[in-house]
Amino acid sequence: MAEVRLSNVSKAFGATQALSDVSLTIPDGAFVVLLGPTGAGKTTTLRLIAGLEKPDAGDIAIGGASVLADTPAERDVAMVFQQYSLYPHLTVRENLAFPLRSPMMNWGEAQIAARVAEVASVLRIAHKLDNKATRLSGGEMQRVSIGRALVRNPRIYLMDEPLSSLDAKLRADLRVELKRIHAELGATFLYVTHDQIEAMTMATHVGVLDRGRLVQFGTPREIYENPVSTYVASRLGQPRITLLPADAFGPAPPGAVQIGLRPEHIQQGSGQPATVRRLEHLGDQTRLHLQMGPHEIVTLAPPDSRLAPGDTLAIQPQTPLWFDASGNRL
Amino acid sequence: MSSYSVTEPSARSKSVAAVLVVLYAVITLLPLLWIISTSFKTGPDSISYPPKAIFSPTVEGYVNLFTNRTRATTEQLATMPPPANFAEEIVRKRNEVITGPSRFGERFLNSVIIGFGSTFLSIMLGTLAAYAFSRFKVPLKDDLLFFILSTRMMPPIAVAIPIFLMYRTLGLSDTHLGMILLYTGVNISLAVWLLKGFIDEIPREYEEAALIDGYTRFQAFRQVVLPQAATGIASTAIFCLIFAWNEYAFAVLLTSGNAQTAPPFIPTIIGVGGQDWPAVAAGATLFLLPVMIFTILLRKHLLRGITFGAVRK
Repeated sequence: MAEVRLSNVSKAFGATQALSDVSLTIPDGAFVVLLGPTGAGKTTTLRLIAGLEKPDAGDIAIGGASVLADTPAERDVAMVFQQYSLYPHLTVRENLAFPLRSPMMNWGEAQIAARVAEVASVLRIAHKLDNKATRLSGGEMQRVSIGRALVRNPRIYLMDEPLSSLDAKLRADLRVELKRIHAELGATFLYVTHDQIEAMTMATHVGVLDRGRLVQFGTPREIYENPVSTYVASRLGQPRITLLPADAFGPAPPGAVQIGLRPEHIQQGSGQPATVRRLEHLGDQTRLHLQMGPHEIVTLAPPDSRLAPGDTLAIQPQTPLWFDASGNRL
Repeated sequence: MSSYSVTEPSARSKSVAAVLVVLYAVITLLPLLWIISTSFKTGPDSISYPPKAIFSPTVEGYVNLFTNRTRATTEQLATMPPPANFAEEIVRKRNEVITGPSRFGERFLNSVIIGFGSTFLSIMLGTLAAYAFSRFKVPLKDDLLFFILSTRMMPPIAVAIPIFLMYRTLGLSDTHLGMILLYTGVNISLAVWLLKGFIDEIPREYEEAALIDGYTRFQAFRQVVLPQAATGIASTAIFCLIFAWNEYAFAVLLTSGNAQTAPPFIPTIIGVGGQDWPAVAAGATLFLLPVMIFTILLRKHLLRGITFGAVRK
């Protein structure tokens, strides 16, 4: 396990600037989640660390030493790809053993067999070990592919949306499993996801990327409670943060152009009247769609709420987030 | 109640297809059957009219193919020791004696060396070149690929004279190496283009995964790309072998005493001691076998795309 440090890394593909001037330190033993929409540079960051791409500028260091001159094999990292994860001509067992049989490792067959069996049982694919990789369901393929990373003990695990193709139950199980591996091995993870629950539950640190720039890096709580911009604020939180003109509720601080309201920023029972448009019962929470003049606001209803569409509810902001004209926090 | 499927052909269209396939197979196999049956006929049987479908088979044709013989009188034969083997026995019944082996064996061996040698070389160079074109930034890639393809745009025999002169100067005329290089040169464009198509189909992620898993580029190529390209390599190899094996014009032009292959040799049998059709048919039958065996051995690769279904979309 080791610290990974990116210093002023830039990378362009033709005319597309995939990453510009990204500096990021993944502390030893951290679980860093990268958030951002498609094209923000998340996968490129992983590929640069893995050595599959060379940065145009900047440096990448693992364990304190620059790895720019090293081949992917020499960097001692493991990566789970989003797609095309398994070698189709090999069985599940051979797939799992493949990294251990590499010339970089010097393991005996008995040792390899033991390790493969161990990982297979963790990922609950032990009964499929002798299947061809092509004879698996999508979820099983992805588990084997995670297993291929876990058989080794690399300096960092790079994972590119590894759980995105799994069903909800398996995703929840594997989330717990990855978190356990992180805690038990003290392993370092860099993890790309779109899924907010994955980000909030697994991460020790979250990095938010916007068109190739790292716009904020911090703990999930910091990112959620203290976003630097509307862009970051809308990455986390369900329902998403409501953004309204700053004067929607009356006077705003100087320079404020937008007011950002998460459900906890909306006090119900006093203030301006709003009409209940729609209620969404999600089981653990009830979402409340409100109409206040021309503005739509989404918030949560109290669990014991008896509100119905058409009802009127008074609301007022409570320590909201203020943003300036370019979307930055005041 | 019978189930109905939109993708499964109906029993009726299946049987129509089966009849058509069998019919086509009979039409294509008939000449082969003719050649093979002629090779087991006696000389008179082979030219009898109407042709004999039922005859008593003999290996005379094969004996003639592999031997040189001379006529002997009954008195001469009587003074000779008894025949040492079945071939001499057959020959003596026709008042002939074996003077030595014919050159067919060595011509056949030449064909094997040159055919398989050039196929191996074409596939080896073709796979490496195709991999490079498929995966790396090669300067002037499109122009190079077009240039490689352009060597196929004229019939190879159109450059026969320059090649003849070149080979004479370089001392490659009538050598195995010369013929291997020539057939490789003709086949390589086909090999590069076909194999590039197959390798393009293999997602790069497999190699990238192998690189991260601790393998070098070449090891990843060998252990991950090659097995998945096996189907493409097998079919390309069959195409290359068939061309090199059957090639006639260059073989006539460039080989004679040393590296002559079977195709130019077989017709020369006709001239030796009358029109010996069974021997010609025997030569043609034996000549068919290697390509046939090679194709049958690789048939499962031709039929089955081994990577089918492996890609998670």
